[in-house]
Amino acid sequence: MEFTKPVESNLFDNAKVVGKPMQRIDGPLKVTGTAPYAYERNDAAPDALYGYPLGAGIGHGRITRMDAEAARNAPGVRAVVTTLEIDPLEKGMNNVARLFGGDEVQHYHQAVAVVVADTFEQARAASALIEVEYEEGAPADLDLDAAFERVQGTGEPDTLVGDVDAAFRDAAQVVDQMYHTPGESHTMMEPHSSTVDWSGGEDMTVWTSNQMINWNHQSIATTFGIDQERIRVESPYVGGGFGSKLWLRADAVLAALGSRAAGVPVKLALPRPMVMNNTTHRSATVQRIRLAAGTDGKLTGIWHEAAAYCLPGGRGENATAQTPVFYAGETRRVKNHVVDMPLPETADMRAPGEASGLMALEIAMDEMAEKLGMDPVQFRIVNDTQVNPSDPDIPFSDRHFVECLERGAEAFNWSQRNTSPGGQRDGDWLIGHGVAGAYRGALVMPSGARAILDGGKLIIETDMTDIGTGSYTILAQTAAETMGMDVADVEMRMANSAYPVSSGSGGQFGAPSSTSGVYAACMALREKIAGNLGLDEAEFNGGRVTGGDTDMALSEINEEVSAEDAIQWGDFQKGYAMGTFGAHFVEVGVHAYTGETRVRRMLAVCDAGRIINPITARSQVIGGMVMGVGAALSEDMALDTGRGFFANHDMANYEVAVHADIPEQEVIFLDTLDAVATPLKAKGVGELGLCGVAAAIANGVYNATGVRVRDYPLTMDKFIDRLPAV
Amino acid sequence: MRAFSYEKPADPAAAAARAAEVEGAKFLAGGTNLLDLMKLEIETPLHVIDVNGLGLDEITETEEGGLRIGTLVTNTALSADARIRRDYPLLTRAIAAGATGQLRNKATTGGNLLQRTRCPYFYDTNQPCNKRVPGSGCAALSEGAFSRQLGVIGTSDACIATHPSDMAVAMRALDAVVETVTPTGMTREIPLEEFHLLPGDTPEQETALMPGELITHVRLPAPVGGVQEYHKVRDRASYAFALVSVALIRQADGSGRVALGGVAPKPWRSDAADAELPNGASAVMSVLLDGARPTEENAFKITLAERTLAAMLKES
Repeated sequence: MEFTKPVESNLFDNAKVVGKPMQRIDGPLKVTGTAPYAYERNDAAPDALYGYPLGAGIGHGRITRMDAEAARNAPGVRAVVTTLEIDPLEKGMNNVARLFGGDEVQHYHQAVAVVVADTFEQARAASALIEVEYEEGAPADLDLDAAFERVQGTGEPDTLVGDVDAAFRDAAQVVDQMYHTPGESHTMMEPHSSTVDWSGGEDMTVWTSNQMINWNHQSIATTFGIDQERIRVESPYVGGGFGSKLWLRADAVLAALGSRAAGVPVKLALPRPMVMNNTTHRSATVQRIRLAAGTDGKLTGIWHEAAAYCLPGGRGENATAQTPVFYAGETRRVKNHVVDMPLPETADMRAPGEASGLMALEIAMDEMAEKLGMDPVQFRIVNDTQVNPSDPDIPFSDRHFVECLERGAEAFNWSQRNTSPGGQRDGDWLIGHGVAGAYRGALVMPSGARAILDGGKLIIETDMTDIGTGSYTILAQTAAETMGMDVADVEMRMANSAYPVSSGSGGQFGAPSSTSGVYAACMALREKIAGNLGLDEAEFNGGRVTGGDTDMALSEINEEVSAEDAIQWGDFQKGYAMGTFGAHFVEVGVHAYTGETRVRRMLAVCDAGRIINPITARSQVIGGMVMGVGAALSEDMALDTGRGFFANHDMANYEVAVHADIPEQEVIFLDTLDAVATPLKAKGVGELGLCGVAAAIANGVYNATGVRVRDYPLTMDKFIDRLPAV
Repeated sequence: MRAFSYEKPADPAAAAARAAEVEGAKFLAGGTNLLDLMKLEIETPLHVIDVNGLGLDEITETEEGGLRIGTLVTNTALSADARIRRDYPLLTRAIAAGATGQLRNKATTGGNLLQRTRCPYFYDTNQPCNKRVPGSGCAALSEGAFSRQLGVIGTSDACIATHPSDMAVAMRALDAVVETVTPTGMTREIPLEEFHLLPGDTPEQETALMPGELITHVRLPAPVGGVQEYHKVRDRASYAFALVSVALIRQADGSGRVALGGVAPKPWRSDAADAELPNGASAVMSVLLDGARPTEENAFKITLAERTLAAMLKES
């Protein structure tokens, strides 16, 4: 199915299932501990042995010697594979650092060996017996501030509109500040895990925890130089990914090598410290933002320059992602720099770009509102745009940012807040309120599915993943709606490379793309059923197909009917800017003496097109808000610049928000429909919930204390000296 | 985790005797810290002596009007005990501020005192650490290191780790006494003040216990009354070690006691600083933290400690 023009009317206009709250259908499996996660595939690979990885102990350099003799002779050990025994493996899609093979160490905890043993404890103990000698690489300059100073002003701007210099020269008010966001770890609950059967060294089955089956499938073939046809990848349950599991990682590679060496299936999960330093993370950023505005409150210039780091060839983090499109303004200059650094690889993490970009931009907006003497909500409303400001011939497909701000302000009682910073107290706590805008692009990807009607039951096969987001449920809803059936009669079969290729889960494109793919497949099935019955037109409703003289239950169709299709996105979408929008409101308390900051109240208002399932969508948004609390107040990958690694590599020292940090959360979905976006008029929402949250908190801290903090996380060491004396 | 042998002795004295006799022996109580460290091979005992079930799990009243806490009393049981809550509320508050409900259910009184530092370099066996491998160096003191959480006073050029316990800080303010049994079956008393050692050149030696010596009880003197508060400052609201914690006992006449956690290799208190309490937080801290040697990253702890105490003095 090609999506060639905006939707006028279709069956979702009178939806009975789509858009309705529905508990996730995989919920009972998860809460009873019976959902088979990648490390627990006793159903599929009951004889799997245990693999355990060894990571490099230096920041970067070369291995000069390895001795695995003691490990090989340790109790229960079946195989040891060291990186020196393996030629450097090819790199899969978007792998920047090599996952295994050869003597080069590109970053701390890069995998250097795998041990396979009868028990987990034996494998782990043996891994510690492997001796590795290194030649350390030359000391590297890991100072991102210094790097920013070097690159600032160099290179062609990514976006350049109008005479920026003139705008700043003529502005009534100017903001010009530096902002810092730290490295962030995805810290999903389930570490990267795989069970792999490559015991014969021929065909390979990979039960893994991955967001993108097809990319993973291709990357495994590339990495090992074998035919994709000989590999099957399954990832039916994923305990969180947040972008960390978009690509092939060392867990699957080591399990495969271990399996081949030991001649048995092998399962392997990365220990938590290796999640931090072996896999990918969100780069820290340094950002300089300059805003120019007139006395009318309209932005006349936006100048955003940022830097992130990555290993050579990587993409880092583009904190300027939203700046070309989010706010009106006649002139702008935008430039992102990626600086090479020998650190663990940086790559996508939930809302890559916008998450860290809005952490800075939305503070800058707050600062400008104050300079102008405007309410920060009103200031954002004044600077709304219905066209892409960097290309004004391109309208937004559907944008209700102003309504998000207005609805939120009303629901949050924004007008009642204290407007003089430091002016509201509750005992020892300084109380503040903050707002921030939210923007995240609305990407879509081609997505396929197969729909099979079998004895009144509808089976949907697609390689789409459910990374905890609710894909099983919303795809079943979409299929049921399209076929006029009950959700209970739909069986979802997902996340298997044997099924049609889907969008996968990432970039909040999963829900809009994969529901469209399932819709396409079901429409193809309808056509086939109608054709089989000799009907030119048919209606599917209440589990029946009707048309002409025919009126029969789908369960009466004895022959299995199967159809496969995929959604393809037409060029017409290029004529629109597509995005999702939101507004975050928070109330914070800052302890007047200690500077401890606690969030007291949160509200998100989201404009993301049709909400396919309000329960699972709300879970996505409140989860994003929780991640935003961590980003604002505690998460910080602590870089040891002398040793070139992240020192706080466990969940005790890398502090994500815990239950006690999270107050009452409210989410309002605007009742919007985006006819340009998808046949369901839906857009993703999983990343929007994070965008802007941290800045709303930072702005609340300013309102509470009168102290502006531009370095995340906003821990008290950064501002305790600036708090009022006690 | 390295392979180890295991035994369950008959009584505390036998446990101590065996611990002195068997090479590489280590006591196991709640296991909330030891097992984690064994998995990471930071602790590599050859022999584990399980002291659970030795009957040291009761809180009894002493003749002097205090309480005697068996070493195996769990943190949960201790903090919830009605006598503790009534007469030593500081201790209840400190324990409840630590770890999580699950950990407190398993963690024991003696084990809590013996828990080891959470310095990230101690926890990473690729890094030098004088506490883990004597003489290997201190990564936390090297150029570019991450030291925000670490100690500001009582530290040395060999080690700047802190003691992570909340419970111990309250016990220090309460003048607790550690009772032990030695390998020869003798009993011994060690004031908590003398129990934890400063690192000096030997940061691997953390307590005054002799090899094999087993904590049997912790004794609290008769209640001292006053207003008792524990303020633990941390970045997130739960399940984090203290950046700074302040235990305060304040009497109606303005006198009292102050002990700090999160700043030193042991609960940090001095009589001279206590004496300054009537003169306010600044006066207390200028004595208590005199001689502090913070790093650039953790110098804020000095200000934070003073401001935290100021908030508590205002309240009490």
